[in-house]
Amino acid sequence: MDISIVSLIATLIVAATPILLAATGELIVEKSGVLNLGVEGMMIMGAICGFIAAVSTGSPLLGFCIAALSGALLSLLFAILTQYLLANQVASGLALTLFGLGLAALLGHSYSGIKPPSTPKIEWFGLSDIPVIGPIIFNHDLMVYFSLFLVFVVWIFLRFTRVGLILRAVGENHDAAHALGYKVIRIRVLAIMFGGACAGLGGAYLSLIRVPQWTEGMTAGAGWIALAIVVFASWKPWRLILGAYLFGGVTILQLNLQANGFDIPVSYLSMAPYLVTIVVLVIMSADRTRASINAPASLGKIFHASS
Amino acid sequence: MKLLKTLMTGAALVVGLGGVAQAEDKTKVGFVYVGPVGDFGWSYEHNEGRKAVEEAFGDKVETMYVESVPEGADSERVMTQMALDGADLIFTTSFGYMDPTINVAKKFPNVKFEHATGYKQADNVSTYSARFYEGRSVIGHIAGHMTESNTIGYIASFPIPEVIRGINSAYIAAQKVNPDVKLKIVWVYTWFDPAKEADAATALIEQGADIIMQHTDSPAAMTIAEEKGIYAFGQASDMKQFGPKARLSSIIDDWAPYYITRTQAVMDGTWSSTATWDGIKEGMVAIGDFSNDIPADVQASAKALKDALSSGATHSFTGPINKQDGSAWLAAGETADDGTLAGMNFYVEGVEGEVPN
Repeated sequence: MDISIVSLIATLIVAATPILLAATGELIVEKSGVLNLGVEGMMIMGAICGFIAAVSTGSPLLGFCIAALSGALLSLLFAILTQYLLANQVASGLALTLFGLGLAALLGHSYSGIKPPSTPKIEWFGLSDIPVIGPIIFNHDLMVYFSLFLVFVVWIFLRFTRVGLILRAVGENHDAAHALGYKVIRIRVLAIMFGGACAGLGGAYLSLIRVPQWTEGMTAGAGWIALAIVVFASWKPWRLILGAYLFGGVTILQLNLQANGFDIPVSYLSMAPYLVTIVVLVIMSADRTRASINAPASLGKIFHASS
Repeated sequence: MKLLKTLMTGAALVVGLGGVAQAEDKTKVGFVYVGPVGDFGWSYEHNEGRKAVEEAFGDKVETMYVESVPEGADSERVMTQMALDGADLIFTTSFGYMDPTINVAKKFPNVKFEHATGYKQADNVSTYSARFYEGRSVIGHIAGHMTESNTIGYIASFPIPEVIRGINSAYIAAQKVNPDVKLKIVWVYTWFDPAKEADAATALIEQGADIIMQHTDSPAAMTIAEEKGIYAFGQASDMKQFGPKARLSSIIDDWAPYYITRTQAVMDGTWSSTATWDGIKEGMVAIGDFSNDIPADVQASAKALKDALSSGATHSFTGPINKQDGSAWLAAGETADDGTLAGMNFYVEGVEGEVPN
């Protein structure tokens, strides 16, 4: 077969980066015991706000900053609803998705058909010319490396820092954490905002690098995939990379196989990424004890200091 | 919080107004779209048609639309809601709305329905579509001339007759001017998913395609073509702004005249169930400007082909044409009948791969 594995891996990394970013953020949110289903809405807000900022300033980097900010701002709405007004997290998250999609369409009304400034690839002093390894590792834009770095930081944070331990404590048992004197609400609000910022970055990666253009509803379900990948990774940062790259890989591979004229049942291949995700979820949850050990015990539960 | 409440009240008011402000003599026309009206492709053009209806009839008409409606059960709910809201005429603008349209039409015998690109009619359900395949002949002709790698990439949505017909038509025209041309087809199983369409375009380019055609709704592939320095065609809408250099030409859908005629028919009480299938001749299919990158002689021959299709002097499917397996389909000089075209489920000879089920 004349599919180049090298370029395949290079493109799958690009395809996986938006969901990896969003999933990393959601992991922190869920680790703090909050289930935010609004990832899709925050992603698309990041996509349009980052796009607008990048187009009007000519700087993609600033675009990404604004995208993170807008995602965090939108998630603040969710934080207020669920943490202070004690609204149902599932319903608030769904509402956030709908609100984000609508607001993004409104904001982006006059931004269709504009080309964003292109994001330069990182110069590695000629390292990208090395065969095989060059195109795979040394020929990407900043955000690809940033997304991997972020996973690393999140891993360090959760595993080796005191604050990370507190965050996990809040997610496992908010009453106990509260009794120890930790500010459950404040920690959760910060976690939610971090999740929003990451989702915003993921969205901006779509509109500024992967597609690159603004179209209404352009996230087309990427936020939901990110949510699934967090469960897939059983709330372990490193497995996020595996999940996101596996998902991106199957998507890209099936398109390439088709383009190459392989006689394959296309409809099944199109389903493949989703099927793989479902199968893994089933396998994981089959072992009840393990799944329940991994999931934050207070996930999705409402906390009120008096109760 | 107060702000949110105000916003929500405002939204409720807007929704409510639709129900309250129906003057007795107003004709209400509803539209169901499969993508967002800002997709700058398929749904965008249908929405332009809706605006034209409003412009043509002014106060006498009231239009409503719901965008990004998934094909299937949810669309039935949307149509039912429109009918309950007093719509007199409802346009359902995607193939996958076919059965839902028929189902809802049964429940509302006094409401007229118009389903785009399908083949199921009823007393109160008309079908309408455009002969996009005529446009595909023209762009196939151009692509056959312009490709240097002799490889044309084709992003296909779902394996339905309409899409298969487009593939065949483009291939026949391209192959006529360039016997070595090859079509690489990728099925993405979606009408609208910019990221996936972009990935498909990238995969095709990696496999050697230097011209991209698409049968999906977003301009993502055009953007990728522009970035990679290859050519593409606008689909459903002109899409020039997405690829000033990449865009060679485009197939543009113009629904406005049809929507106006049908709305008029409902007003006059002359509406009847019909099956409309208009092409370049009637103006439902338009060909966008040719890019300056196309040599003058190719521009001339493409225009001649377009005129011939318009006048009926030629047909996109004129024999001799064999089916993919080599069996004869059309004899020399024979043209395809509409029935076969409408249900087309096979590739013509030379197209590689299999039609997925």
